[in-house]
Amino acid sequence: MTDGFDFGIGTLYPFLGKSDEDKRIMINSIGPLWDGNEVWLITAGGVTFAAFPTVYAVMFSSLYSALMLILFALILRGVSFEFRGKVDDPRWRKVWDTCIFIGSFTPALLFGVAFANIFKGIPIDHNGVYHGTLFTLLNPYGLLGGVLFVMLFLVHGALWLAIKTEGDLHDRAASVANKLWSVLLGVVVIFLVASRFSTRLYDNYVAHPAFFLVILITVFALLGTKFFLAKKAFFKAWFASALTIVGSTFFGIVGLYPNLFPSSINPRFSLTAHNASSSPLTLKIMLIVVTIFIPIVIGYQIWAYTLFKGKVTKEDLAYEEAY
Amino acid sequence: MDVVLLSRLQFAVATMFHFLFVPFTLGLSVLVAFMETKYVKTGDETYLRMTKFWGKLFLINFALGVVTGITLEFQFGTNWSRYSAYVGDIFGSLLAIEATAAFFLESVLIGVWIFGWRKLSKKAHAAVMWLVAFAGTLSAVWILIANAWMQNPVGFTLRDGRAELVDFTAVLFQKFAILKFIHTVSAAYVLSAFFVMGVSAYHLLKKKNIEFFTRSFRIALVFGLVFSLIVVIIGDLNGVIVAEKQPTKLAAMESLWETTTRAPVYLFALPDEENEKNKIEIGAIPGLLSLLVFHDIDAEVRGLKAFPREERPPVLITSFAFKGMVGLGFYFMLVTIIGWFKRNRLVDSPKFLKLMLLSIPLPYIAIELGWVVAEVGRQPWIVYGLMKTSDAVSPIAGSQVLISLIAFIIVYSLLGAVGFYLIAKNAKKGPEPASD
Repeated sequence: MTDGFDFGIGTLYPFLGKSDEDKRIMINSIGPLWDGNEVWLITAGGVTFAAFPTVYAVMFSSLYSALMLILFALILRGVSFEFRGKVDDPRWRKVWDTCIFIGSFTPALLFGVAFANIFKGIPIDHNGVYHGTLFTLLNPYGLLGGVLFVMLFLVHGALWLAIKTEGDLHDRAASVANKLWSVLLGVVVIFLVASRFSTRLYDNYVAHPAFFLVILITVFALLGTKFFLAKKAFFKAWFASALTIVGSTFFGIVGLYPNLFPSSINPRFSLTAHNASSSPLTLKIMLIVVTIFIPIVIGYQIWAYTLFKGKVTKEDLAYEEAY
Repeated sequence: MDVVLLSRLQFAVATMFHFLFVPFTLGLSVLVAFMETKYVKTGDETYLRMTKFWGKLFLINFALGVVTGITLEFQFGTNWSRYSAYVGDIFGSLLAIEATAAFFLESVLIGVWIFGWRKLSKKAHAAVMWLVAFAGTLSAVWILIANAWMQNPVGFTLRDGRAELVDFTAVLFQKFAILKFIHTVSAAYVLSAFFVMGVSAYHLLKKKNIEFFTRSFRIALVFGLVFSLIVVIIGDLNGVIVAEKQPTKLAAMESLWETTTRAPVYLFALPDEENEKNKIEIGAIPGLLSLLVFHDIDAEVRGLKAFPREERPPVLITSFAFKGMVGLGFYFMLVTIIGWFKRNRLVDSPKFLKLMLLSIPLPYIAIELGWVVAEVGRQPWIVYGLMKTSDAVSPIAGSQVLISLIAFIIVYSLLGAVGFYLIAKNAKKGPEPASD
């Protein structure tokens, strides 16, 4: 979920970046870090492939069109950061600016749509064959999930920007974070209510009331975001917002368990943690790999974050390596 | 249209495009790390300028390599879901380990390297580049182990309708994987060396930044010479193991139809797949193939006719790709050996420099041909002897794949045009002038 704030910044980009200087500061605020963040996304895919190959296979083939759109968006976004500053021509920059926006907004929206649909159930048959189109996914609940993700990432991105910038841009980012937070609160409430009617997520919560803690923590994190924001403690607010994003995802996972990829045609066709997992040997190997390497990864990623913790200033843009 | 064919085309487009950038970054990261280390040790500003100039070209390629790599991970699920479900227990774990153990390191540290010039000590900064190079090569290790498993599946058992892992070390340390890794990574190093030599030659021909580009050329020359020798030697060993494990691929590579002792190598052969013979055969060297792959001039080599038609790979593509790759491999060895004798008077060898400039695209062609030999030569199998490509494709509509394939061709053409434009622009521009 670290990738969230750079999607958010990319989406805010055309609205908050008034001048070319603002825009460059925005890109450079995530410059050294976005690449590492995006690997979490790739690793999430890879680990799903390794631990639940059937889920990976069915999920990726049934969400074909949505994933292709996400893929093209990620490709454009990735090269835009690198290409934008390489030719000194406003039209050139304009092209890549547009790509950064589209490339950040699309994945944020479609990941939300995809997750909400998984919460709801996907029309797959007993062979894991998908009976639907891209538009099947764009139902009201799915779109609500998309809006939720976009709002979560926007707040997250605006907070990161407030941490990393100063002056006018900082003020604008802080005020946008404030306004968007109110909208986010509304969307979260609607989503939680809609989940009662569109999904069976709450069944697990009713069966095991202790699980309500997940929702409680998430809501607390969301309120905490506002609390710290009001106190201008932007880093704490950003951290609370990260927790909100993680909590929102867990809200769905806990509700789904043991389902991983439920079928809306017949519950018996659903892919579960039992019928879709890898062999015990592979799971053991993956467990070892993950327990060794994820802490190491987190370690050097924290190191990278602390290395680049200061604000991005106009002076920083003068250096040749800046985007 | 046919989902299998469209998905294969899409995979070929995605992989071959990815493969234009990744080999370059594998090799250039090592060269840049070496240049930066020289700077740290000697304090010579020229090495710093070299690091930054070649580093910039590295980064453009790196960005393109990363974004096109995401496509490949997606494709296994989107287009080859039956394959993913069938072999994910083994194949998926290798990809996941690649991401957690190698790709993460590379991606995080590349950001640190780009932006860390004033935040880290000189030594630490150079060390970061070595780690980037190490992580890149480590990525290649895992990916090539996964590919080797598709060529020669080992360490598994069939259970519950899928392949399950039983012996992890057999998968990791099989000879196929080790040879494939050395061969492919060496080829990548040769590619980057030829790029550096070619661009240096361009500037030396113009008599610009002579000191800067002579040094660059000579570093790349040594690198290219060593690894073009290794590519050829390991390539030969690769042939031996292909003969043993993938007899249909070997027969297709050599366009050999009849099973014979003293099997020949043809300098040129035009296969006629319909009539199961070669239309044209030129320059047969009797016994050479037997000698090369079984180390015995009288050994029997199985021809294509020994296998049912539906188990033979496309012969024309495989054999032409193979001959092209081998020819280019020897060419690289030859010109780097010539380069070795000219290393002290490069500026006075304009013909040689011109040759090196024109040679820039050749390793790219060679490495793509190598991919074709490995992958087309494995057909009709996706996992040799275990799963047919036609059984591996996702249950999706052909129209979906057609649309995404067209989108890939458009997007990648644009990316390729912009990417190579930027690479050429920066390469031609030359380094920043010395600060003092």
